[in-house]
Amino acid sequence: MTLIGIVAEPAGEHRVSATPSTVAKIRALGYEVAVETGAGAASSFPDQAYAEAGARIVGRDEAWAADLVLGINAPDDEAIARLRPGATVLGMLSPALRPELLATLAERGVTAIAMDAVPRISRAQSMDVLSSMANIAGYRAVVEAAHEFDRFFTGQVTAAGKVPPAKVLVAGAGVAGLAAIGAASSLGAIVRATDPRPEVADQVKSIGGEYLPVEVAEQMDSSDGYAKATSEAYDRRAAEIYAEQAEDVDIVITTALIPGRPAPRLLTADMVARMKPGSVIVDMAAGQGGNVEGSVAGERVVTDNGVIILGYTDLAGRLSAQASQLYGTNVLNLLKLLTPGKDGALTIDFDDVVQRSVTVVRDGEVTWPPPPVQVSAAPAQPTAAAAEPAPEKKKPSTGTKLGLMAVGIAALFAVCAVAPAPLPQHFLVLVLSVIIGFYVIGHVAHALHTPLMSVTNAISGIIVVGAIVQITSGSLLVQILAAVAVLFASVNVFGGFAVTRRMLAMFQKGGRG
Amino acid sequence: MSTDLILASAAVAGAAYIVAALLFVLSLAGLSKHETARRGVGFGVVGMTIALLATVWLTVTEAWGSDSATLGLVLLLVAVVVGAAIGLWRARTVEMTGMPELIALFHSFVGLAAVLVGWNGALDDGSLHGALRDIHHGEVFIGVFIGGVTFTGSIVAYLKLSAKISSRPLMLPGKNVLNVGAVVVFLALTVWYVITPELWLLVVVTLLSLALGWHLVASIGGGDMPVVVSMLNSYSGWAAAAAGFLLDNDLLIVTGALVGSSGAYLSYIMCKAMNRSFLSVIAGGFGIEAPKSGEEETGEHRETDAEQVAELLAGAASVVITPGYGMAVAQAQYPVAELASTLRARGVDVRFGIHPVAGRLPGHMNVLLAEAKVPYDIVLEMDEINDDLADTDVVLVIGANDTVNPAAAEDPGSPIAGMPVLRVWEARNVVVFKRSMASGYAGVQNPLFFRENAQMLFGDAKARVEDILRAL
Repeated sequence: MTLIGIVAEPAGEHRVSATPSTVAKIRALGYEVAVETGAGAASSFPDQAYAEAGARIVGRDEAWAADLVLGINAPDDEAIARLRPGATVLGMLSPALRPELLATLAERGVTAIAMDAVPRISRAQSMDVLSSMANIAGYRAVVEAAHEFDRFFTGQVTAAGKVPPAKVLVAGAGVAGLAAIGAASSLGAIVRATDPRPEVADQVKSIGGEYLPVEVAEQMDSSDGYAKATSEAYDRRAAEIYAEQAEDVDIVITTALIPGRPAPRLLTADMVARMKPGSVIVDMAAGQGGNVEGSVAGERVVTDNGVIILGYTDLAGRLSAQASQLYGTNVLNLLKLLTPGKDGALTIDFDDVVQRSVTVVRDGEVTWPPPPVQVSAAPAQPTAAAAEPAPEKKKPSTGTKLGLMAVGIAALFAVCAVAPAPLPQHFLVLVLSVIIGFYVIGHVAHALHTPLMSVTNAISGIIVVGAIVQITSGSLLVQILAAVAVLFASVNVFGGFAVTRRMLAMFQKGGRG
Repeated sequence: MSTDLILASAAVAGAAYIVAALLFVLSLAGLSKHETARRGVGFGVVGMTIALLATVWLTVTEAWGSDSATLGLVLLLVAVVVGAAIGLWRARTVEMTGMPELIALFHSFVGLAAVLVGWNGALDDGSLHGALRDIHHGEVFIGVFIGGVTFTGSIVAYLKLSAKISSRPLMLPGKNVLNVGAVVVFLALTVWYVITPELWLLVVVTLLSLALGWHLVASIGGGDMPVVVSMLNSYSGWAAAAAGFLLDNDLLIVTGALVGSSGAYLSYIMCKAMNRSFLSVIAGGFGIEAPKSGEEETGEHRETDAEQVAELLAGAASVVITPGYGMAVAQAQYPVAELASTLRARGVDVRFGIHPVAGRLPGHMNVLLAEAKVPYDIVLEMDEINDDLADTDVVLVIGANDTVNPAAAEDPGSPIAGMPVLRVWEARNVVVFKRSMASGYAGVQNPLFFRENAQMLFGDAKARVEDILRAL
């Protein structure tokens, strides 16, 4: 049986790669789980809880010597040395930025799975740790900003005077940005957001933000779900917007990241200098070089004009229990994919794009980068718009309608004029009944259409009247035929009313109020 | 019996007919609201009783003493008792999922009765002369023809709805020519019969109408059944009205016209809900003549399981359930209703969104949900709920497909473009219960399944809903 080791993370990392609840589900996939002593302590998951979920609590050596080692951060050299050759190690390995790590892992003869290399396709959403961590980080960025900011977020009218709402600018409406917009607007702030991809405007609006478009003659299509670098004209216009906004807003949260490149510089020192004292900037890209000039990775900086710049890089880790839970679920979902038989046998299928993408080292061989994956969330193809529109239904013009009506009325007139009595009276009755019928039926509730049909069924059994009149005829054949007609029509009359009553008795009120 | 009494009886019967006709109108008017619906049925029953008693009284007084009267009355009594017994028994035992079949079958009875009444009219044409006699012959033909079409059409609809025959449309070559040809032949035969009334012409027209009714409905597919059943409802009314002309009876005309216009109106609503013209429904099923869009939107769908859906529902503030015919097929209305009440007990706002053509009968879903004790005031129509869908946390699509297809709203090249649909894709999460990835009745791929916010829950709808209930 495959043994999975949950290792304790290095100092400074509060998260853990599996929680007691995910451990139970991993075991349901047929694996045996060993948890390093104290692995979940910083996320408020005591060893006891893991033991209750069915894991063994083991020492550091044994956890690292498992067949599959689950971690969050990339293992250091010391940890790699503990790995058993042929084992598999899983974590956020940043394969694009750390080729030397992949080389070391390959040398050790292991298989490495990078959770942060999950492709951005719908099917893999449930394993996308970058999204789940970014979501937490976006929320935490607002909480950190609120903590530093010395005013309310929400506007209030109090006996002691009116408080204006805080104004928040979120740069970049990716997962983190959207989480930040949502958190800030639910605290009551006025939230604005920028993003080079105009298609996010609706998402921004849907969670309470206002989208600030950067209007230049280019548009960015994103074919892999991430933002790309922008053009010069765009950057100039964007800089103007940031300069205007910097003077106006109280909080700035920047989330702009471009995969595999240093973070774009959005706010210059000059813009920061023009912000109001007491304003707060959270630079979520500080670890990748920063979106804000003057931010320091992992530090709180106060500028000369009293603007606080937070460059924390462990925002997601600050909600360690939450982050562990989501990370653990992402890992669990990946394990489900890698354990198709639910028999505790780890299999990696290189024909599957998700499994191909996350496997960065296989049996001592570096397999990064994977072939590119086009996501299904591609921008609407122009071909769709070019598709032949269905031919418009020809609506008869008013003239044609009036013409048809005139013909109908003339025909009725002609028939009634030549027909002998009692035909004209019958026509009058028919026409008036049809009109009454349409008006009455037009008011019937949609929900009662089935009872309506069964009632009309019952009353169309009125044809029994016709058959009854004939049943006393002198001809035996007519009498028999009439009797058959009476029989069937009676089924209708009695059955139709009875079933309608039965149906209507079922309709009960009481949903609300 | 004296002539005076017969005249008096006729006058009383005439008055009774007027009262009965009025009660029928009130009956239909009562159905406009749930609150007055039961009263409406009461009016209908009273109207029918009055009409029947008056007719029997009139018949008895007219024919009293003649040889045929005794036999006729015995036959009448036996027929009514047997018919009533069968009708009441069927009404008591029918499953609500089987309502479409029952209603179709009832339509066929009216059709059959109309054919028989027409035949009797021809066999026993009394003492009419001149123009009135010719008109009588024309009326016989019209009555028999409409009745015959209603009879076989309803039988085929019944067989299709009860899955006794395949619901696939029958595709005879030149089927529209056949239909139109049958009508033209009918007109020609009518003229011929009016000139020389011979019995074999009546036989031919009866067979023709039976064949036309069979072909007309056989060539319409399962998903168009709401239109077909309403159309047959309408025909059964016109058949009764034609019999009224034949027998010189205003009550039959009034009632037939009411029923006929009711069915026509329902057909119109159904057609509008599918964005199709009535003629196109008659002329052919979906996806046969409609232009295919050049490119089918495909992609990857996400699968989920009952536990995750349960979690999603437990965390939601508002849930909308949009059932379709699949729910009726899977008999899932009871677990669905239980799911709704469980969630409501937890404070989740649960509502139902019903597309007008969901199911195989207008209003069918409402009846199924009512049977499962879902309060009718949380069961909303498409127009009532569509604007709320964007603010809904979770939409459960159970056994519906074309009625929630975004292609209808967004892809002008789609065969169902322009059909009003439930905009479920605007909700935050959509869970689609489905047996497989097959496309719906219209044969149109549903891009909803590939949306970012959509998840698929495969399997039998009833079993899956029960799984969710357990997980809750």
